[in-house]
Amino acid sequence: MNSPATLNSIDSTRRSAAGRYVVATLSLGACLALAMLLRKALNVCGWDAYDTWTVVTAALAAMACSLPGVFLVMRRQSMMGDALAHTTLPGIVVAFLLAHSLQQAGWISSATYDSWRHAAMFIGALVIGVVSAVLTEWVQKLGRVEASAALGVVFTTLFAVGLLLIRLKADQVHIDPDCVLYGIIETTVMDTVPNTQIPRAAVVNGLVLLANLLLVTLFFKELRISAFDAAISTTMGINSHAMHYALMAVTAATLVSAFESVGSILVIAMLIAPAATAHLLTDRLDRLIAISLAVAALSAFLGHLSAITLPSIVFTRLGYPEVVDTSTAGMMAVAAGGLFTIAAMFGPRYGVISKVLDQARLSRSIIAEDILGLLYRMEEESDATALALNQLTAMIGTRTWPTYLAARGLAASGDVAVRGSSYELSPPGRERAKRLVRAHRLWESYMAKHFDLPADHLHESAARVEHFLGAELREELAAELEDTAEDPHGREIPPEQG
Amino acid sequence: MIRSVLAQQSRSKIENEHPASSPLSIHDMTVAYHRKPVIWDIDYTAPLGKLVAIVGPNGAGKSTLINAVLDLVPKASGEVRVFGEEYRKQRDRVGYVPQRESVDWDFPVNALNVVAMGLYRKIGWCFPVMRRHRQTAMEALDRVGMADYAKRQISQLSGGQQQRVFLARALVQDADLYLMDEPFAGVDASTERAIVEILRELRERGRTTLVVHHDLQTVTEYFDHVMLLNMRLVATGPTSEVFTRENLRKTYGGKLALLDQVGHKMTLGESGG
Repeated sequence: MNSPATLNSIDSTRRSAAGRYVVATLSLGACLALAMLLRKALNVCGWDAYDTWTVVTAALAAMACSLPGVFLVMRRQSMMGDALAHTTLPGIVVAFLLAHSLQQAGWISSATYDSWRHAAMFIGALVIGVVSAVLTEWVQKLGRVEASAALGVVFTTLFAVGLLLIRLKADQVHIDPDCVLYGIIETTVMDTVPNTQIPRAAVVNGLVLLANLLLVTLFFKELRISAFDAAISTTMGINSHAMHYALMAVTAATLVSAFESVGSILVIAMLIAPAATAHLLTDRLDRLIAISLAVAALSAFLGHLSAITLPSIVFTRLGYPEVVDTSTAGMMAVAAGGLFTIAAMFGPRYGVISKVLDQARLSRSIIAEDILGLLYRMEEESDATALALNQLTAMIGTRTWPTYLAARGLAASGDVAVRGSSYELSPPGRERAKRLVRAHRLWESYMAKHFDLPADHLHESAARVEHFLGAELREELAAELEDTAEDPHGREIPPEQG
Repeated sequence: MIRSVLAQQSRSKIENEHPASSPLSIHDMTVAYHRKPVIWDIDYTAPLGKLVAIVGPNGAGKSTLINAVLDLVPKASGEVRVFGEEYRKQRDRVGYVPQRESVDWDFPVNALNVVAMGLYRKIGWCFPVMRRHRQTAMEALDRVGMADYAKRQISQLSGGQQQRVFLARALVQDADLYLMDEPFAGVDASTERAIVEILRELRERGRTTLVVHHDLQTVTEYFDHVMLLNMRLVATGPTSEVFTRENLRKTYGGKLALLDQVGHKMTLGESGG
């Protein structure tokens, strides 16, 4: 025996499953159509395989950086990323020198020199990440300064040490700080894996991304607890200090791998911007990580696209047709900043627009409630039950058009009836108004009981508070006042019901 | 030979001073920041299955005491035993509720996520939080009257609700000894009632709870035992015996001026000469 309710629910699940299927098919179709369109559009811009590989390489690097970046931002240590970008220099130089002298000594052959150098740089970065973190803590303790000042001391010093090392050893081995720190994506894409079109840098960054994804998946809960509550984390046996050092090491290693291919500007931007953007869009850590990855990849694509299209459009107009493109890495960082700005403007909860809209909605509902309260008091005191718009405006003390909008809204919801050009309460509106006036007078009585204030000071506070006193609070107030029937001015407090 | 005898002696000494039955025994513990002692020579043995209030003025070292027991700050000297063993061997049996201000409430987690953190040790490294863990967390949220708020991001909760979430996180740990740092600070009346109820429930189940408490009015009502602290242990014992006007005067009536002076000298590193 199926009751109608169960039948209905079965029916609705079936319907929703079918609905989901339709939605999925439609969105898949839309994606395909978009992709086709995009391809057409890209062809028009002169997009080729080289552009695709540039974007893929940069996107992989950006996504790899955004993962440790999420946890830096969550730990409120965003500056640590910027600092690490500098402190890795001496690590890189020492690794260079070590690999070079090993080759000189004949321990490693020239053929394998490059991979040895990469491995050494990677290890150097892991070490320097931990060293920077430890040094910063020491400086903070010994120098009795706050964390950011300690950071400032450590990263400038280590960076300078790196530069000095380069100068001192310049005759032994050729290290160009430009090529170490400011990798140029335009040229790294040309350096491909033999017999393929795949850039070597894409492979390196892809591997780093994979490693970071693996680490974040494996240690998701440990990373979360140590970032959220260091003390609890440590008492649980997940030492938050150790987690901090590990994060620093992984960040430094990621930075170094990405530096060479995409350059320091992009790396520093991609460490922080995607996570900061994602934090504006979601309240869940797993989604935040997914959105960061998407923002990183999207920045890479949009950045490159605008780097090859925007300059020719803009500069041709300005009369410099010879300028046809600009720094891809720079534009990618700009794109990341742009996406952040968009999230800050249009984000669903923390966005500027939604805050402004919320504010507008709130002030409109307050005016509407003021109209209801006013009409109720008019009915109470005199026979005049209808008020014209200009009377409402004057008595509430706002401007005409917000009052008009609020009154129209009340008419639409059936709370007021429009008679000619005047408004009066309808039965449901009267009930709503009664509750508002009840809230107002309860609050006045409550204030009078607990505050030593003259009676004429009560109204204003009550007028502010009445809009926020729900049924529960009204009940608590009434209980607290032990069924007082009148407010301090001697007017009746309307009952909750009837 | 002599060494083994000495070891024997010191072992029996430790066993005497740290009875295995006591949930928490502190022997001659001093904790210092920058060499300046903030709590001096604490000797304390917690009674099993009681509710204990840690009471003292601001700066008395109440939180420091808890943090030192939990190895969150280093001890200058002294020893701590939890059920007769070192704390790090007994992590599973100790639950901790930190001060509410100690975390970033904008962090992207919801109430249920935070409560589930209490199970991380049980779940183990690298294993994910499973459905049954979430269920346990949900039950704990229900016990503190927060089941309806499980999916709320934690910044959307009121102060009292945040404190209940912290309490629920400690509850899922199912510990034998609880240390709570000002769970009543800044909470509404109904949360206070809910917390007291939970504390009593823990006592009924034989758990020991030490609570840093600020409201002197409610000490006798809520707690069986009290520990009066002001840089040193002023008095400790059953509330009815120890929570006296005389002891409170000793605790709150100004610090021992000499302790402060000596501490200051130690910071400066001036020797007596």
